[in-house]
Amino acid sequence: MLTADRVIALALIGLSGYFMLHASALPIGWHGESGGPGGGAFPFWLSAIMALCAGGILIRSFWQDETFVPFFDPETIRAVISVTAALFLTIGLIPYAGAYVAIVLFLLWYLKVFGGHGWVLTGALTVGTPLFLFFFFEVALKILLPKGWTEPLFLPLYAIFF
Amino acid sequence: MEILSLLSDGFAASLSPFNLMIVLIGVTAGLFIGAMPGLGSVNGVAIVLPLTFVVPPSTAIILLAAIYYGAMYGGAVSSVLLGIPGASTAVATTFDGRPMAQQGKAGLALIAAAVASFVGGTISVVLFALFAVPLADLALAFGPAEEFALVLLAFTTFVGLGGDDILKTIIMICLGLVLSTVGLDLISGQPRLIFGDLPGFYSGISFLVLAIGVYGVGEVLHTIESSKSAPLVTPAKLTFRELGAGLREMNRLWKTMSFGSFLGFFVGMLPAAGATPASLMAYGLAKTTSKSPETFGKGNIEGVAAPETANNAASTGSLLPMLTLGIPGSPTTALLLGGMVMWGLMPGPMLFIEQPDFVWGLISSLYTANFAAVAINLALIPLFVWALRMPFTVLCALVLVLCIVGGFAPSQKLHDVWLIAGFGVAGYLLRKASYPLAPLVLALVLGPLMESSFRQTLIAEQGNVLAFFERPLSATFMGFAILFFLLPHLKRVRWRARKSGVAPAE
Repeated sequence: MLTADRVIALALIGLSGYFMLHASALPIGWHGESGGPGGGAFPFWLSAIMALCAGGILIRSFWQDETFVPFFDPETIRAVISVTAALFLTIGLIPYAGAYVAIVLFLLWYLKVFGGHGWVLTGALTVGTPLFLFFFFEVALKILLPKGWTEPLFLPLYAIFF
Repeated sequence: MEILSLLSDGFAASLSPFNLMIVLIGVTAGLFIGAMPGLGSVNGVAIVLPLTFVVPPSTAIILLAAIYYGAMYGGAVSSVLLGIPGASTAVATTFDGRPMAQQGKAGLALIAAAVASFVGGTISVVLFALFAVPLADLALAFGPAEEFALVLLAFTTFVGLGGDDILKTIIMICLGLVLSTVGLDLISGQPRLIFGDLPGFYSGISFLVLAIGVYGVGEVLHTIESSKSAPLVTPAKLTFRELGAGLREMNRLWKTMSFGSFLGFFVGMLPAAGATPASLMAYGLAKTTSKSPETFGKGNIEGVAAPETANNAASTGSLLPMLTLGIPGSPTTALLLGGMVMWGLMPGPMLFIEQPDFVWGLISSLYTANFAAVAINLALIPLFVWALRMPFTVLCALVLVLCIVGGFAPSQKLHDVWLIAGFGVAGYLLRKASYPLAPLVLALVLGPLMESSFRQTLIAEQGNVLAFFERPLSATFMGFAILFFLLPHLKRVRWRARKSGVAPAE
């Protein structure tokens, strides 16, 4: 638990440094006569406070006793990592294979492989969800989801609904 | 009297068939969202918000408010039937709700929760209508200095009253504020924090992206962890005879319920407090003032009534500062505020002058939602028992799909979907390391107001920092802000003094 605390504190310090680096592209000091701080001051100094507090947590952790409660147990980390990876893969696939292919694959994996559900439930949801998305977002809201390679397949549907 | 006529106009608007239908849909959706373990009002509003672009703004806010209300009622259902709080706001309801269910009184516990929620909702809507106009009038006198001081006060309540680790709270506030500065500088118009000229960051980071990430994706990851075993649902039967008995039983609890409502309403107004601490405080109060405190935790109906009145009253209470001052009282109302800004409605005192029909329509639809929620809640209990058997893996898969598509829809940029996934993972890890997430979301929503009011004041006052202390209202807010900031330190000093005072006696 303490190790995780330290890693997160270090990551936050790094993030603050990164923010400060980018914020200093704009003036971070006082404008003097015109009054008030420059455009970069707000993000720069707030990041500085963030870095200081994270530093405080880091230093404090050396005085604390180890609690022996692990941050992750092996089973949790496997489940969380596989869901996260599936999520990122799905989003990465959307511009190429389109939202409908990516989401169907995601649901198939999640329900059948990860959830271990039967084919009836998996089938109903993998067919029903894209249908709902199509009619709600594309037909009702006129928001087109990315289609990638599958775009030509949707042309007849567009002709019917638009 | 003017309020009454405004309120009756509001009722005329909210009782139009279309809005009534919206309230019914919202309440039902909210009840189910609230009843699902892990998902509460904030998750429901975050996930549904992108879907509301199909309706006009006033209808959208009524829908979201109805979901908010419904979720508050629904939270009790899984607390009683599963023993897992449906949302953090219903934690205190498990203390006595679960024992009641185990004694075969699940139906009675659900009636108590629904009736108590109704009483809490009713009293708080009346309080809301009474306080809204005076508070909005006061807020009309606000200039940028007061706005800055008020936002600062909102953040310091997290430090003083939030109860989380102070360093971690400050980090989350700063992180939210820094994320809110991404995009174009408000005053000079220059791009800043665009991370190597990434075009997606020019329009800033939408609160919606952070909210869907943290409360949608992050919550799913958290649920995967906390729900490894299948839940055990206690069946609940509900007959008219039980309903009658429940109502008679509740009739004895007026004192508890009115205390809970007042406490909930005022605690709910504070940004750092809100429904969860309000319900815990109401539970504690009911226990200490009870004639038989030893029966609490063993299935005392009073222990269900007290927290349920308080959490519903708190949800109305947190709407009050959001609508009148533009400062949300809870993460959920922060999302409602962000949504209103997106629809072109600026919360704050001017809303009461420019859009009175919207404000009073909203207030009266809260009341309509309250009626609808109690009726639908009691009628649908068998359906909840069935829905709660839904495996988490089905729920999580659908929520993730909604997060992806719902995150894409408003801006139609995949950039935002990537950010949602990133915020989701980061939010999950931060939450696991007990960093509070509410200040992060509130800071992102309030950041632009805080920065612009700060810089406007300083430009108008030629850089005089003391300007914040020279105006009476702003000075008062600053004083309270400093007090809240120092509160944890004062407590520690007192604790140390007491400890050293006691030590020699040992």
